[in-house]
Amino acid sequence: MEATIQLKENPVTKKQTTEKEIVVAMKNVKKSFGSNEVLSDINMTLYRGENLVVLGRSGQGKSVTIKCIVGLLKQDSGSLSVFGKEVKDLNEDEWKALRMKIGFLFQSGALYDSMTVRQNLSFPLTRVLKLKDDSEIQNRIEEVLEAVGLLDAIDKMPSDLSGGMRKRVGLARTLILKPEIMLYDEPTTGLDPITSREISELILEMQKKYQTSSIIITHDMACAKITSDRVVVMNNGAFIAEGTYTALEKDSDELVRSFFL
Amino acid sequence: MPAIFTKQFVAAGDQVVFMGGFFRNIFRSGFEGNEFLRQCFIIGNKSLSLVGITGFILGFVLTLQSEPTMRDFGAVSYVPSMVAISVIREIGPVIIALICAGKIASSIGAELGSMKVSEQIDAMEVSGANPIQYLVVTRVLACIIMIPLLTLMADALALLGGFAASNINNQMSFTLYFSKAFSALGFSDLIPAVIKTIFFGFAIGFVGCYKGYNSDRGTESVGVAANSAVVAASLWIIVLDAIAVQLTSVFAYN
Repeated sequence: MEATIQLKENPVTKKQTTEKEIVVAMKNVKKSFGSNEVLSDINMTLYRGENLVVLGRSGQGKSVTIKCIVGLLKQDSGSLSVFGKEVKDLNEDEWKALRMKIGFLFQSGALYDSMTVRQNLSFPLTRVLKLKDDSEIQNRIEEVLEAVGLLDAIDKMPSDLSGGMRKRVGLARTLILKPEIMLYDEPTTGLDPITSREISELILEMQKKYQTSSIIITHDMACAKITSDRVVVMNNGAFIAEGTYTALEKDSDELVRSFFL
Repeated sequence: MPAIFTKQFVAAGDQVVFMGGFFRNIFRSGFEGNEFLRQCFIIGNKSLSLVGITGFILGFVLTLQSEPTMRDFGAVSYVPSMVAISVIREIGPVIIALICAGKIASSIGAELGSMKVSEQIDAMEVSGANPIQYLVVTRVLACIIMIPLLTLMADALALLGGFAASNINNQMSFTLYFSKAFSALGFSDLIPAVIKTIFFGFAIGFVGCYKGYNSDRGTESVGVAANSAVVAASLWIIVLDAIAVQLTSVFAYN
């Protein structure tokens, strides 16, 4: 299915971002599951240091887009490059190296439920960074847990944590590898408004602290408002509008405006 | 080609690719020793009572059932040998493997299936860690090591069960019973049986991991993964046993 609505570019945003380094670029990316075309024509650019919020109704292909970026799914056609490397050309080792630079926060937090918080956090350090020094591992665990405000939960099991705490620990586990790109899949879904705001502010704080570039998929407009430098709206597997939060709030397209009501 | 055959071929191809991933990852650096030992503990230690009781009752019942017939032929003294040969060659390995398929393959299938549903496997993959090495290699190797050990323990307890049963109606000393049992046994009985259980262990671990790792996304798929792991592992065991018996007949007993 071809996208029928042209991407609207905000001139102010374009001017601000043209000089920045591109970290993710997607051109005419398509992805289908059987006869169901989920991504019909994705064109997107993520610049270094920016927070890009992706809005869209459920089932429009937002999660599929970021799963293609991290290699959990493979696009059927089109070009997808991360740090200038075309991902479809990468071998297993190159993917491993690339994934060390990309953090992915899953909707559920995806904590390993047979491990304590400490073991969850040490897992990527010992397996991916191959750290051996126990004191260095403990220091890094304590540093990220302190950053997300959960140092007290270090020896708890995931089953003992609330939904918000699980997401914070999930964020800490992702940040412990100091990724350059963060992909957030509905980080505030299922949380109460106060915890949602806390998580949104934490995302912004972490972005400033670790200088990450982020793609944030959300339905939570408060989260989008707090975290976004730029917003794109997705419909029928393609992006239909792009701009700042305040610009899109006043967009001429009713579908785009309807997200901000 | 009919769709059902296409689906079966695709599934078989998937299993071959998954098996290739398992063998490739055994020899890669970064073997998960601690997780392997933890899985050995879970698979071995936590199955001790089930396998032990099953083994004991197996020998006990086999002796009780065969003794009256053997008495009619005046061959009660051959009961220990008969029980030992049938338990060690065939009944012990197959029954214990089927019991373990029910307990271990289903538990691995359900565990990995729920990890898949809750995106824990995806989280491992995107972090750059190797989920096949951490989850699959450790579990399959633990099954390969522990199923033969559990079977040997069950065999020993089955002989003990046979001794207990033979002392209900007759008086037979412990030494006499076991000397009669072992006099009929040779390495050609024990070694093929142990080799067979190594393959049974592989089937249980591999099928459990494959079904769980490749389950669908819904919560229902966790139950489906556990159930289909038991069914497929049991079928593998029966087929492998048929092949093993043929091979043993040719190479060991002739």
